[in-house]
Amino acid sequence: MIEIKKLHKSYPIGKDSLHVLKGIDLHIKEGEFVSIMGSSGSGKSTLLNIVGLLDEHDEGEYYLNGQLIKNLNEKKAAILRNKFLGFVFQSFNLISYKTALENVALPLYYKGIPRKERLKTAMEYLDKVGLKDWANHLPNELSGGQKQRVAIARALVTKPKVVLADEPTGALDSTTTDNVMDLLRDINNDGMTVFVITHEEEVAAQTKRIVRLKDGIIISDELTSKSKAV
Amino acid sequence: MKFLFDSDTWQEIYGSIRKNKTRTAITIIGVLWGIFLLVVLLGAARGIENNFNKIFGSFATNSVFVWTQSTDTPFKGFQKGRRFSLTLRDVEILKSEFSKEIRLLAPRNQTNNLIIKDFKSGNYQVSGDYPVLDKIQKKDLMYGRFLNDNDILSDAKVCVISEDMYKDLFDKGDKPIGQYLKINSINYKLIGVYKRSTGINFDGNAAYIPFTTFQKVYNRGDKIDWMMITANEGINIEQMEADVLLTLKNLHKVHPDDKRAFGSVNLGVEIGKVTGFLTGMQFLTWFVGIATLIAGVFAIGNILLITVKERTKEIGIRRALGATPISIRRQIVLESVFLTTVAGMLGIVFGALVLFGIDSMIGSGDDAILINPTVNIPIILIAFLTLTVLGSLIGLIPAYMATIVKPIEALREE
Repeated sequence: MIEIKKLHKSYPIGKDSLHVLKGIDLHIKEGEFVSIMGSSGSGKSTLLNIVGLLDEHDEGEYYLNGQLIKNLNEKKAAILRNKFLGFVFQSFNLISYKTALENVALPLYYKGIPRKERLKTAMEYLDKVGLKDWANHLPNELSGGQKQRVAIARALVTKPKVVLADEPTGALDSTTTDNVMDLLRDINNDGMTVFVITHEEEVAAQTKRIVRLKDGIIISDELTSKSKAV
Repeated sequence: MKFLFDSDTWQEIYGSIRKNKTRTAITIIGVLWGIFLLVVLLGAARGIENNFNKIFGSFATNSVFVWTQSTDTPFKGFQKGRRFSLTLRDVEILKSEFSKEIRLLAPRNQTNNLIIKDFKSGNYQVSGDYPVLDKIQKKDLMYGRFLNDNDILSDAKVCVISEDMYKDLFDKGDKPIGQYLKINSINYKLIGVYKRSTGINFDGNAAYIPFTTFQKVYNRGDKIDWMMITANEGINIEQMEADVLLTLKNLHKVHPDDKRAFGSVNLGVEIGKVTGFLTGMQFLTWFVGIATLIAGVFAIGNILLITVKERTKEIGIRRALGATPISIRRQIVLESVFLTTVAGMLGIVFGALVLFGIDSMIGSGDDAILINPTVNIPIILIAFLTLTVLGSLIGLIPAYMATIVKPIEALREE
């Protein structure tokens, strides 16, 4: 599903450049539940952005769903994101003047789905995350956990190949963290590939594979007890 | 083009416009004000123009009036200060010498007299005229007719009076035509009553009698008080005025450089000054209107640019969710076009309402300042179209800015 070979990325800072990713090799198969662990500055967010086609890598190869990602223009990238990827952000990133339902339906709008069908599908996914009754509420009328569940519904609504979650529990308390992680695990159990970035051990422990990153290099890549249970 | 008729496109635009009420309002006011000013200014300018047209409308505007005063230079044995009169012979000579230039020539005699009708009377101007006067200074008749050639040939004792004189001298509802008025102890049969002139009028309340009758009754011989001349189309009226005066000076043995001997007024030149002013005013109107409009459009661009900065994060989210750059641009441009269009239409409507208000308050009656203040539909359409085009062009700038950054940078924005 995701195949990364010798990936390098550096950011220019003034005259110098900051080498963030120093040759990453990573292979994620369909249906995996992977977490990337690392302290801040380890390059985990950069990795997710490149995987999510929000940023470009400098060197190396990246295959998404078997397709080589190279010199993508923004239009192609947008279409690929819409087709293959679903995003869950730490700060939820819901559009504040749209209701929960409209937020969930937005990716379908960019996919060109007719409005009626869009809202119907969006409602199904809201139901899946248990927020059917909150469909017509604006994001600021929802709690943090509810917002993140709306965001997860939005990430799932296009039936992507991979769900990318950047610190999905970073802004949540421990109870809602567990709820959100349960939800992500349910999604994974349905066959979805889930790719989580976190710096919390408890969160990572709920995934099936932990990749530890330090200073732009993978220092360990191991399966957890959860994967053995299945 | 399909997206234009897609309800989703408009749903998105409606959403973002409703979300940003303040900037929507400010934007709309900016453009609305511009097109409102353009409409009102153009309408007012048209109203003033109509007013001038009304004033000059009943009068042949390429006219010259000539009369005599006294000489200021001794010439051919005559001392200065000599008084003399224009004569019918002058009229005949001018008519033959300037047959190409002169279209109409009306010699006129005037005096003041007591006019009596039964037990009512009043002092009015009495004017001896040819029927041609009606062509230079149009008379709008309420009753009867104006003087004709038969009246001139037969020295008929007939007269045409004004509406005001009719009201003064007759009882209400009295039929004027065929009644007799006593002017200078002679009875004249009333043949016509003319309406008060709304435009320029050199006679005031005058009773018109045939020129030939006037000659005999007041013993004028072939002397005339003054003459009105109108020029043919395309004739340089100032040149004609100078030529006519020179010919007259020659006929009356007046020094060619004599400044005082003849008085003359060139209506064409006087009106030219006014129409020049009108043209200037129209230019100013357009200038101010268009400048305001452009300022309004720039205000839209500016506000859109600010909101795009504000909305960078939202745009980042949309792009992460799969919005292509073109769909983002399209939405921003459509927003700006939509705002300018709505504002423009509101501006036209408000402008039209104000013009309507002006029209109903000061647009009618004899002393109206602005008559029928209107704006041409094509002009409005062009202004409107320009506005929309400018609106979409100015919308392109923020749209471009919105897509130039990488989505990840847009997302990082807080």
